[in-house]
Amino acid sequence: MRFFPLIWSNLLRKKMRTVLTLLSIVVAFVLFSYLSAIKHALSGGISLAGANRLIVRHKVSIIQLLPESYKARMARIPGVSLVTHQTWFGGIYQDPKNFFMQTPVVPEEFLEMLPEIVLAPEQKAAWLRTRIGAIVGRKTAERFHWKIGDKIPLLSSIWAKNDGTRTWEFEIVGIFDGRDKNTDTTPLYFRFDYFDEARRSGFGKGQVGWYTIRITDPARAAEIAKLVDAEFENSSAETKTEPEGAFVQAWVKQIGDIALITASIMGAVFFTILLVTGNTISQSVRERTGELGVLKAIGFTNGQVLALVLLESCLLAVLGGAIGLGIGKSLTALGDPTGSLLPMFFFPPGDLLEGLGGCLVLGLITGLFPALQAMRLRVAEALRRI
Amino acid sequence: MAGPINWLSQVVSVTKFGLLGIPQRRGSVAAAVIGIAGVVTVLVGVLSIAAGFRRAMAASGAADAAVVLRSGADSEMVSGLSRNSTRIIADAPGVARTPEGPLASAELFVIINLPKRSTGSDVNVPLRGVEAAAFRVHGQVKIVEGRTFEPGKDEVIVGLGAAREFAGLEVGRSLLVGRREWPVVGVFSAGGATAESEIWTDAPVLQAAYDRGDTFQSVYVRLDSPGAFTAFKDTMTTNPQLNVQVMRLSEYYASQSTAVTTLITTLGVLIAALMAVGAVFGALNTMYSSVSARTREIATLRALGFGSGAVVVSVMLESIALALGGGASGAGLAYFLFNGFHAATMNWQSFSQIAFAFAVTPQLLVLGVVLATAIGLIGGLLPAIRAARQPIAAALREL
Repeated sequence: MRFFPLIWSNLLRKKMRTVLTLLSIVVAFVLFSYLSAIKHALSGGISLAGANRLIVRHKVSIIQLLPESYKARMARIPGVSLVTHQTWFGGIYQDPKNFFMQTPVVPEEFLEMLPEIVLAPEQKAAWLRTRIGAIVGRKTAERFHWKIGDKIPLLSSIWAKNDGTRTWEFEIVGIFDGRDKNTDTTPLYFRFDYFDEARRSGFGKGQVGWYTIRITDPARAAEIAKLVDAEFENSSAETKTEPEGAFVQAWVKQIGDIALITASIMGAVFFTILLVTGNTISQSVRERTGELGVLKAIGFTNGQVLALVLLESCLLAVLGGAIGLGIGKSLTALGDPTGSLLPMFFFPPGDLLEGLGGCLVLGLITGLFPALQAMRLRVAEALRRI
Repeated sequence: MAGPINWLSQVVSVTKFGLLGIPQRRGSVAAAVIGIAGVVTVLVGVLSIAAGFRRAMAASGAADAAVVLRSGADSEMVSGLSRNSTRIIADAPGVARTPEGPLASAELFVIINLPKRSTGSDVNVPLRGVEAAAFRVHGQVKIVEGRTFEPGKDEVIVGLGAAREFAGLEVGRSLLVGRREWPVVGVFSAGGATAESEIWTDAPVLQAAYDRGDTFQSVYVRLDSPGAFTAFKDTMTTNPQLNVQVMRLSEYYASQSTAVTTLITTLGVLIAALMAVGAVFGALNTMYSSVSARTREIATLRALGFGSGAVVVSVMLESIALALGGGASGAGLAYFLFNGFHAATMNWQSFSQIAFAFAVTPQLLVLGVVLATAIGLIGGLLPAIRAARQPIAAALREL
């Protein structure tokens, strides 16, 4: 640390150049934050999938319904401790652009299945009392300024009621929060008993979209999934059972290979920054050949000279990276840049470490060649240049 | 008269100075040029995804084609129409007629799970039950391999895009739908339209397989002329026997693609804008070092009587030349890497896959070069002013 002032004054030798290099590193890491947030927003569900939950859907595709009577049969399968179901409602609030998910659920077993949904006990009680009651996530409630007691009309694109109309009215009885930061708090959940009774007969009555089952031992997931599928084999509605994580992952992969796309953009950005920064450092080392010669002449070892240059490049990279990550974090906190297409848009804290690691690597790589150059400098030759 | 020419020749000689010096500064010049090329490649590449998706959607909607759905349905998936309704729609005035009957196809639309070739994981592939007129309603549908399905038989034909993106759809293989096996008997093309991402079979076959009774989800029609649409729509919406909505096919597909194109465009522009800011810093750095390396030359020229305006313009010209070089190579790179690249993504409105090709359009190439020029302008301006403002005496003393 004794040499810190030396490194610092080297950086300040050409202030403009240092500031510009620093700024391009800052921009690179702001971009890194955005790409992390985008990647996470598109694939985030995977990390919060419960290891002890399986999803059971119709074998042909998710749009086909399963009989509600399957619930009792699933519950009897050894290793299954809890069964609940959801159904895609496809409701529109005022405008199709205001998209958020809604599903009818059986409140008690649903809340037990998803402990990440945090609902005040008195709101839960109100939900159990109110037949047309619905609970909604904090994010959607804030988006539309809904309060408890509000009556919300939703136009379902799928389900008609007994009277032939498609506008369903729900009363907001609770607003839930997420236990974890990445819990999706955009959906609205309402009661299945109300839904099933009110929907027009002859079209889906007694049927549900998909089941979620909880298993006692996550290690036996594959085995239990097979048992479930075997139970309904050769029936009119065969099932496909898979761990929740695999289900979400398959869903995400339908969009495309997001990890690959973000990684290639990141690669392009880092390659560019590497060039810019590496060039700056080597330029400044070249300008200092004489001084480095003097340092060596007064007894600095090769290792010390190497370390001096490497520390300089790392200092620049880490400084720029930290500022960039800071700005990126606060910019991404402003929310989803697309309006409402990415409900879980935020900078994942885990990627902060990854970003800092990236700074160090950037500093080491950009500094390495100039540092080796400086180390190999012959004193006599270098001094001749003064 | 001598003034402007003299000024111009000053600009030329200072610019020449700068450009001839590039080999000495190749490191920083390369960094700036590659930086700008990278920005342009990413911008053009990302936006070519949206352009390709939009193009596939546009190819699907001929001006004289329309689609009829149940009123309130935002996609075919959730629509439903009785046999009676589809008959009324097909017989309506305005629908084009041929000796074989009206050009109207009552259809069913479902999805089935098939593994995607590129990732190996299951995706939702659209499966459509069609009537004979479909071949003339969904663009120009042509069989390119095998034959078409026989009416009433459990057979399917697959679109070119579907055959390319999803596994197990070769002619001669069978499609497993529940416990039924449907042989693939042909492959069809549809001029790049979304129908190419689909699997087709006879509508009654699909009705039976999915227990749909005698109901459909949509009716696709071709009208006498694009102008016949309004009258056709009015007939449909005022008929008390029907509860339907009518859209031009082009409007329908535009509404289906908004989510995907908004997402890609917003994110693409955001990423490219950030990268552009980074590239401006890179260009500034290069031009500052270019100017500072020439401090003495510029001061000498100024002492000889060269104007400061000429110095500013020539530094800007050098910067723009570098930026254009970077921009052009970036645009070219994007064209070779991405144009025609085949991919499939999910159409969020119907939860089903759409195969399409990335399209690097001329507009995108122009956009890329314009962006590069802007970066060059901004990156050159400040260094140019500094070069022109340098006190001559002080700069010469550095000799």
